[in-house]
Amino acid sequence: MDIKRDYYEDIELFKSNTILVWSILFLIFLGILPFLVMKYHLLGMSLYIVNLITIHALVAIGLNILVGYTGQISMGHAGFFALGAFTTVILILRWSFPLWIALPIAGFVSSGFGFILGLPALRLKGPYLAIATLGFGMTITTIIKHMEFFGGRMGLQAPKLYLFGTPMKDIHYYYVIMITAILMTIGAVKLIKTRVGRAFIAIRDSDIAAEAMGVNLTYYKTLAFAVSAFYAGVAGGLYAFILGFINPESFHLIMSITFLAMVVVGGLGSIMGSIAGAALMTFLDIKLQAIQDIPAIGPALVTFSQKYMSIAGISNVAVIVYGLIMILIVLFEPLGIFGFWIRTKRYWKTWPF
Amino acid sequence: MALLTPTLTLPLLKGEGGGRGWEKEMFGQLIVSGLAVGACYALLAIAMVIIYKTSEVLNFAQGEMAMVSTYVAFSLLESYHVPFEWVVVLTFLFAILLGMFFEIVFLRQAKDPTVIGLIIITLGFEMVLMGFAGWKWGPDQRSFPFPVSNVETYNISGLLISKINFWTILITLVLMFILFLFFRYTKLGIAMRATQQNQLAARVMGIRTKWILSFTWAISSMVGAVAGMLIASLGVLDPPMMMDPLLKGFASGVLGGMTSLPGTAVGGAMLGIIENLFGGYISLSFKSVVAFAIIVLMLCIKPSGLLAKHYVKKV
Repeated sequence: MDIKRDYYEDIELFKSNTILVWSILFLIFLGILPFLVMKYHLLGMSLYIVNLITIHALVAIGLNILVGYTGQISMGHAGFFALGAFTTVILILRWSFPLWIALPIAGFVSSGFGFILGLPALRLKGPYLAIATLGFGMTITTIIKHMEFFGGRMGLQAPKLYLFGTPMKDIHYYYVIMITAILMTIGAVKLIKTRVGRAFIAIRDSDIAAEAMGVNLTYYKTLAFAVSAFYAGVAGGLYAFILGFINPESFHLIMSITFLAMVVVGGLGSIMGSIAGAALMTFLDIKLQAIQDIPAIGPALVTFSQKYMSIAGISNVAVIVYGLIMILIVLFEPLGIFGFWIRTKRYWKTWPF
Repeated sequence: MALLTPTLTLPLLKGEGGGRGWEKEMFGQLIVSGLAVGACYALLAIAMVIIYKTSEVLNFAQGEMAMVSTYVAFSLLESYHVPFEWVVVLTFLFAILLGMFFEIVFLRQAKDPTVIGLIIITLGFEMVLMGFAGWKWGPDQRSFPFPVSNVETYNISGLLISKINFWTILITLVLMFILFLFFRYTKLGIAMRATQQNQLAARVMGIRTKWILSFTWAISSMVGAVAGMLIASLGVLDPPMMMDPLLKGFASGVLGGMTSLPGTAVGGAMLGIIENLFGGYISLSFKSVVAFAIIVLMLCIKPSGLLAKHYVKKV
């Protein structure tokens, strides 16, 4: 039943009852996930990691709208992320806004900057755009670092938030983050299916052809940047609270590259892929940071490091693994986890033939 | 992954004394030290442009390739006490192997890659190298034992030039001249330029374009290694040391034109001087914003750069 009879059938969120049932089950699973995590600590998971994964998934979805769907590259997403984080914290700290107002404002501040960055992007292709966005990402943190208003080099302490008079804990943040993430994921899925999303895809496939078909390049390219920055900004605002402390030094170039890696590993042009990529890469990152604690591999690596390498830099193995994953994915599975999923699905559909 | 992005620490003469003579002197000092840093940016940018012209790959790993080469030189000097001349030779050898390794093992394997795909591959390699350097040599900051002192100065008609700045400029000029001769007169250099202009035609003429690509990476990596050693001796040696210069290298490339070697050299020198003057007279803490401002301005006004021919893609 792959025939679509009208447009509304195409943009429908739940294509069939099976998907609807599975989605509801998945939502219930997400609802009880924090209790499962706190009780069983499967794979050494903690609520902090789950929260971090969700936030990274948000950024990855936003970046995928830009890179995967519109075909524009951004190496400055840590900059938008930082803008969102600092805006949220300052709004709450200085003017005591409530979180649910501060977050969207942070998103819009970020998307404003995204819009400005999108303007030069109109004239730039691939490599040049990468340079410009790279410069943006590195410059925005420099500016934040040198302005007293943003707490300067020391950074800012995220304010304590209260829910009905009790201070919010990780589990409360989990629900805040998860609800935001679900809403924004649905938003992204819908966006891609509508006129705007199809314009993005047309620009990715060939911007000249898209322009000839009547797609307004100026409008849609800057819009892609703005939407993408909005996601990063909101995610940054949430990030400030699960970290409890933000410092301009932490939003460095490597962070932008990590976001890009999540999108590429998950699969360019796939929302679900972005979530999977963010989950995998965040989990790997946190586990590999403490590689000496992993059984079997850890001690061997420690002895190896003592002999040939330096023991102080053993957490850098995480960076190496990250880089290798990026290279290998591009070389062997350009569609990432999403491509792998599609191939597996196709294989099992016709199994055993 | 807590990485800092340090800015180059320069022997800037911040004055206690006043007076007009000092003002003039400071201007000269700023120009000279800016020129020295600009020379390093130019070398790094040239290394990137050599690759960009041949294979349309923007090499984000250039800085880290240079950094690892510099670390190799550092190890040879400190741990094995090899004399400096031999260190230079061995480091060049290492850089050449590193560049060819990357081209043959990773880039060549990519089957009809997109621009984004190529960028991701170089970024991945950057992270591998960064991680490797952090693992092997640790996160400490070290000073690179360059045989020229960075305290002593030459006095050229009243203008004090620190020895290291002088030699940096000199080495850069010599290297650029050698590159010029190489691309103009040697057979390999001409084959490289032919490959840059039209790969298919070059192959028809009997040039082994695949090997030319590897050689391009080798030469670029070598030029980068020189830049790395100079930058390390002007500042400090630590794994994230090339993050900032990488952006400056791109800025020089954009300023002079990403497809023109002399343009890039001029762009690097200009960027170094502008940046240093900005740091000296306007604001030291916002110095690194200059590079980004120049990138954006140039891309808005003249995207092809100052000295490159404008090139429009036909449909």
